[in-house]
Amino acid sequence: MSAVLDDHGHAHDHHGGYGGIMRWITTTNHKDIGTLYLWFSFVMFMVGGVMALVIRAELFEPGLQFVNPDFFNQMTTMHGLIMVFGAIMPAFVGFANWQIPMMIGAPDMAFARLNNWSFWILPFAASLLVLSFFMPGGAPGVGWTMYAPLTVQMGMGMDLTIFAVHLLGMSSIMGSINILTTILNMRAPGMTLMRMPMFVWTWLITAYLLVATMPVLAGAVTMTLADRHFGTSFFNAAGGGDPVLYQHIFWFFGHPEVYIIALPAFGVVSQVIPAFSRKPLFGYASMVSATTGIAILSFIVWAHHMYTVGMPVTGQLFFMYATALIAVPTGVKVFNWVATMWKGSLSFETPMLFAIGFLFLFTMGGFSGLVLSLAAVDIQLHDTYYVVAHFHYVMVAGALFAAFAGVYFWLPKWIGRMYDETLGQWHFWLTMIFFNVTFFVQHFAGLAGMPRRIPDYPLMFETWNKISSIGAFGFGLSQLLFLYIVLKAIRSGERAPQRPWEGADSIDWTMLPTPAPYHTFETPPLIK
Amino acid sequence: MAQTAYSSTPQQHYHVPQPMPWPIMGSAALFLMALGATFVFNDSSGGWISIAFGFMILLYMMFRWFGDVIRESEGGKYGAREDLSFRWGMSWFILSEVMFFFGFFGALFWARVMSVPDLSSLLHNEMLWPGFKDLWPSAGPGFAEKFTPMGAWGVPAINTLLLLSSGITLTYAHWGLVNNQRGKLNLFLFLTIVLGATFLGFQIYEYGHAYSELNLKLTTGVYGSTFFMLTGFHGFHVSLGAIMLTVILIRCLSGHFKSDHHFAFEAVAWYWHFVDVVWLLLFVVVYWL
Repeated sequence: MSAVLDDHGHAHDHHGGYGGIMRWITTTNHKDIGTLYLWFSFVMFMVGGVMALVIRAELFEPGLQFVNPDFFNQMTTMHGLIMVFGAIMPAFVGFANWQIPMMIGAPDMAFARLNNWSFWILPFAASLLVLSFFMPGGAPGVGWTMYAPLTVQMGMGMDLTIFAVHLLGMSSIMGSINILTTILNMRAPGMTLMRMPMFVWTWLITAYLLVATMPVLAGAVTMTLADRHFGTSFFNAAGGGDPVLYQHIFWFFGHPEVYIIALPAFGVVSQVIPAFSRKPLFGYASMVSATTGIAILSFIVWAHHMYTVGMPVTGQLFFMYATALIAVPTGVKVFNWVATMWKGSLSFETPMLFAIGFLFLFTMGGFSGLVLSLAAVDIQLHDTYYVVAHFHYVMVAGALFAAFAGVYFWLPKWIGRMYDETLGQWHFWLTMIFFNVTFFVQHFAGLAGMPRRIPDYPLMFETWNKISSIGAFGFGLSQLLFLYIVLKAIRSGERAPQRPWEGADSIDWTMLPTPAPYHTFETPPLIK
Repeated sequence: MAQTAYSSTPQQHYHVPQPMPWPIMGSAALFLMALGATFVFNDSSGGWISIAFGFMILLYMMFRWFGDVIRESEGGKYGAREDLSFRWGMSWFILSEVMFFFGFFGALFWARVMSVPDLSSLLHNEMLWPGFKDLWPSAGPGFAEKFTPMGAWGVPAINTLLLLSSGITLTYAHWGLVNNQRGKLNLFLFLTIVLGATFLGFQIYEYGHAYSELNLKLTTGVYGSTFFMLTGFHGFHVSLGAIMLTVILIRCLSGHFKSDHHFAFEAVAWYWHFVDVVWLLLFVVVYWL
């Protein structure tokens, strides 16, 4: 046992054997790795954001202005892939890295070296994606869903994208195995499953979803690769295969993926709302079962993405009912958040603003999802801007707003300094307003029949698109303010008090100093 | 103290390893291999060099990384808590492997139950593929050459016996390890590897037979695609399993593992049984029915 103790006796505030850049490359510390995830995610958010602005600039007016249609398609594809796999997912893994060990009383993640690898695959995978722009034929313009048979016909960039998806999948699977193991095996004595903070619960379920679905996506893109280069016929009808098969396999991954993105966001909001309502989370047990219910249902609803592809009516009905059923556990969550605020002693600092913004807008995104779940309605709306509006209400107003709430909420714990509250409020209101300017009007464009993934459109859609493009540029520029706020907090923010949020009562706030030291809970605390 | 740390002492400190350069090496290796493969698939030059370079880095990284883990394990740094972490980790990893195969079995199911019957349905028969019949195995309506499907009761049946026996010998080896009978352990572990290698030999023979005599190829429509991709990925996993068993055998011969502390052995055994179960499913739905 003495050998074990030696490793840790002098561990406070030293960063192992490496300094400078090598510290970050070789680190096994969950806080370092969490920081890496968050910065990487922010860089990808900017890259994907610039692509979105290219799209919106082109769509400002009918006709072709800035880019050719092929490049436009490359932009929509890469915007989707980079935002989903490069920005949103790593952001929440970053939160998980920072917070889960501190919230359950663990010294670090269960597999600290694997944790490093999970992160350091990401920049290489992102490089593959970006490199595809420089291949003959450019990046693939197939849409982030990468449907066959178009993927089978693309150039070299498609192969790089396929391998990038493989690497991203490996990273996610390793990260998730780590998170699952940490939560299941590293909790401090007394930290029973039903005492865990809600954020930890949502990540437990999310990580399970990732382990179960990411390999299926890997299989799907492997089949694409084989159809492209090895002469197989998975997606080729002449050989007895079926392009629709790709869609089934993809969405078997793709729908749980929606909850992979949404559940950690629910988790963050479930920490923030009680803290600023100064009340415990309403209906904790029902929150846990709702999260589990959403996860189970997410496996049996995938074909609601495919109503128009040709499916027996029985199939459409099954997927329609199953999809509508998800509204029940989601509704439980929304009502629980509202009930948490009910008669609470509310205050509206920036994290709370983003959480409430999330609550409003995500609920709207949920409702438009309910509209789309109806097969008869979806046939009209499939592949229109209504769908684009719907999923941006879920992805941006859902996941991104929750991520902002999380950063503002936990930044004092991480760096020991406060952000500028006035600027934070500005950031919220600019984001909130420009988000709605950008995406709310897209509902109308979609209902009027404007198809998505198209660089040109008839004159009748011009007004909606002009408004949307103006909103998008405002939204994008507002995010530079976020960067400034974070940098300012790091460089010259006010010293944070031990508990800047009096209502926050998870053990990372109550049992650890602020800022959290480099190593925390080396000896497990006893949770009473 | 280190000798008994595993089972008796209540543990205070979880082993958090020191910073190390292996993960970044692994990432660079994967990057080089992905880039190389892209070049090879598109007939650009230099691809193989990149793949070979990446693979060598990957091998070196695995030697060093696993070496560190083995040293730590033998040095008594892993207690009950770490052991349980490895158990959870391996279980979830196997679930992810199950789901990978699930996707390919799903493709086979889709071809047999949905796409081939659909292509021979009334509509398609009249409009697109006159005369195409819904008979499995099928290479689809656009495939003109004749081929013979792979039968179940020749080599595949022998392979089933081989893999099932290897599961039994592996369990005997485990009993040897648990009961401190190292001779039994080494013998049966060696037998397991021999059975696995024989399986792979037969599999290679079967592929040769398919290509040269049955005219059954990867390009033989959806039947060839699913047949070779499913059995191929399974064979790849058997190869990995056999390499892992070999590493375990070398470790056993060097006196590693204790009767109550040998999760590396168990993890590989779990993996081997998983590969075994996948084979049984393959045998039933790919070869037999």
